[in-house]
Amino acid sequence: MLGWFLRGASSRIRTTRYPHEGDSSTGITPGRPVATQFSHSRAADTAATACPTGAITAHEHSAEVDLSRCVHCMACSRGEAAMKWQNDFNWASLSGPQALKTTQPFKKSLHIRLVDSGSCDAVIQEIKQLAKPYYNMHRLGFFITPTPRHADVLMITGPVTSHMRLALKKTYDAMPRPKWVIAVGNCAISGCVFAPSFMAASAVSSVIPVDVQVPGCPPPPLAILHGLLVLTGRAPAMQPTTPPVTEVAS
Amino acid sequence: MNQQTHHADDKMLVAMREELGNRVSGILESESGLLLSAVCRVDALPDVVAWVVEQRKYRFATLVVQALPSGDQLDYWFFKPDNGPWIKLSIRLAGDAREVPSVSGLLHAIDWHERQAEDLFGMVFTGHPKLGDFVLHEEWPEGVNPMRPEFDALKPMVEKEVDPQWRPEKILHTPGAFVMPIGPVYSDYAESAQFFLETVGEDVVRMVPRFFFKYRGVEKLAEGRSIKDVLLMVERFSGTSAVAHATAFCRAVESIGRISIPPRAEALRLIASELERIRHHFGLLSDICHSTGMIVPSADIDIMEEEALRLSAQWAGHRYLYGLITPGGITRDFSQSELTFLIAGITGLGHDAQQLYERLQFTSSFLDRFEGVGIVPKANAQRLGLVGPVARASGFNTDLRIHAPYGFYRCCPPEAEALESEGDGYARIRVLFAEVFSSVQLINKAAANLPVGAVSIPMDAVSAGEALGCAEAPKGGAFHYVRIDGPGRVARLQMTTPSFTNWHGFHLAAENFAFQDFPIMMASFGLSIAESDR
Ligand code: SF4
Repeated sequence: MLGWFLRGASSRIRTTRYPHEGDSSTGITPGRPVATQFSHSRAADTAATACPTGAITAHEHSAEVDLSRCVHCMACSRGEAAMKWQNDFNWASLSGPQALKTTQPFKKSLHIRLVDSGSCDAVIQEIKQLAKPYYNMHRLGFFITPTPRHADVLMITGPVTSHMRLALKKTYDAMPRPKWVIAVGNCAISGCVFAPSFMAASAVSSVIPVDVQVPGCPPPPLAILHGLLVLTGRAPAMQPTTPPVTEVAS
Repeated sequence: MNQQTHHADDKMLVAMREELGNRVSGILESESGLLLSAVCRVDALPDVVAWVVEQRKYRFATLVVQALPSGDQLDYWFFKPDNGPWIKLSIRLAGDAREVPSVSGLLHAIDWHERQAEDLFGMVFTGHPKLGDFVLHEEWPEGVNPMRPEFDALKPMVEKEVDPQWRPEKILHTPGAFVMPIGPVYSDYAESAQFFLETVGEDVVRMVPRFFFKYRGVEKLAEGRSIKDVLLMVERFSGTSAVAHATAFCRAVESIGRISIPPRAEALRLIASELERIRHHFGLLSDICHSTGMIVPSADIDIMEEEALRLSAQWAGHRYLYGLITPGGITRDFSQSELTFLIAGITGLGHDAQQLYERLQFTSSFLDRFEGVGIVPKANAQRLGLVGPVARASGFNTDLRIHAPYGFYRCCPPEAEALESEGDGYARIRVLFAEVFSSVQLINKAAANLPVGAVSIPMDAVSAGEALGCAEAPKGGAFHYVRIDGPGRVARLQMTTPSFTNWHGFHLAAENFAFQDFPIMMASFGLSIAESDR
């Protein structure tokens, strides 16, 4: 035991300084494609057709990206018609035009209940990273709680499978007011490659109201952290440059 | 293929003809000699399966049900470790017939496959002791089977909600006995699933799991989509094993298209798979340390996991290596300096893991929590056909990289299979560490022997056909059945994942245990719900 104590005491601090400072370590994010100017209109078209999810829209000499439909397949990062790639992560946005209900009372400490409504295990792994040494969200007052009764925020991953719909609603109802919802990952935002289907109608917003959305497949830990900071008004949200995803008729 | 295998083929072919007589017909050997297929008489199925698995010592790979225009077809796929061709036994039903004798009595590994086919296809397995709600829960209307061709995959089907009061039948009737439900929403970061612990207080007598809360119907959604679109789902339904599943799927597609990918692509696929394995095992080991509340070793392994994630992104652009594997090879080449960079990172991580492992071995408070906990005896692992680190911890050799080598593993296999014998939590930890070390070696070896040349060949038009692709995923063997008809459209996809296979055996370990050991057993099994539910 003493050995472990010494080991713990001798390890250096690795926690990111974000959000007090930027973090430009490599590998913390897959980055994202951003609006790109092309010299030929053909190149813009090529980029748009290369995208398997239709996230890229071609214009005359440029192409723009709807991040909430990008599944990070990296196809548009290669080839002759490569999109410009930005290695940032603060891409969480408010979902919908309405201003965020105030989270002022929760500036210091926020308890989060996570509900997996049919996501893959990678996004859960990325959320777990937040409580681990490199990101340590506890220093910013964010805590995961096992019970919805203590939760201020519901964090949801996955496209809401029909078997999870009731559990999700009940968890939401069990939370005391005021409460917020953050949708993490493109499955939760739009259903992505898994919806609409017979098992997943169309993402979280069709079941309960969503306040903040964090795109990505899976979103890296700092993007999720950015989402939490946006929720508490401690960081500006990314302004969507493209129209929001069209709702899928159910 | 080498001479030896061809020799074995002939023997098996002859044996099938002579010993099975008229119970099978239409025995065919594939061109490569790697697959023997035969059509089996419906009533003779139990006999034939018994012959294959008991006398010929074959192992079950997967059961693929297909609703074809001519009637339903069931394909039972088997393989023999180290030797001989794969076997595919087909049952062809005429018209609307749905009845097939159950073989789960003699082949326990097929149990969940039959239950799943009953739910999704409406098959009737006569003699199966427990059919009924499995993938689809009790709210689903009887007689509606989503995998049948007439069922519309894209139409949301909201009938009723699941019944939160559902409970398994109690077996204990002593006073004070009760069933404690856990989930589907429970614990801090758990994936959604339900567990019912039947207990008389402190000790849990048995555990009944209930899965498929996360069932997304990936296999149904795949039907009619292009290969490229299906690959997106195959990579994403269980993101922590993306490379393995993409590899298994692409191998099936490549085998349908009758192409062999360039050797350099094979070698780079190996490197990506092993990188994924290292990162994945770090994740499991972190869960294991967390389950016992050991903060310092948890932090150590957490750091290694994050560093492996960063290394993956630095090397290939994505933290979970999405978008790397493609039919025909891989999507990008790597320069020598990129490989050197990767090797330096991996070697450092291997070194850190070694140090942590040594320290843990001398920490009795850690070992005490795992020794003798959640034991799976070898005989049981074998009976249920368990796979991956869980099976190997029980001494059951299942590593496809060694026993059914594919791709670059043919010339560069792991030096030895990580086998232990106790089958308890501690044995599983040792297997995970041993595999991390062997993956580090493998990456080094593959990089040192990296062939030159292209990293992909174009695969534009894939003609109609079917194939089974396999890969050793971090959690164990994965089998992807793919049938393509028409121009590059997937007609049927069936993914048999290691988590699906191993959850079927989890109850073995979770019997007569102390309540507080449950999280520890879950962590040491290290299974994914996303991978199992699909
Ligand atoms: S990385 Fe995103 S935007 Fe680019 S092609 Fe893939 S899905 Fe489309």
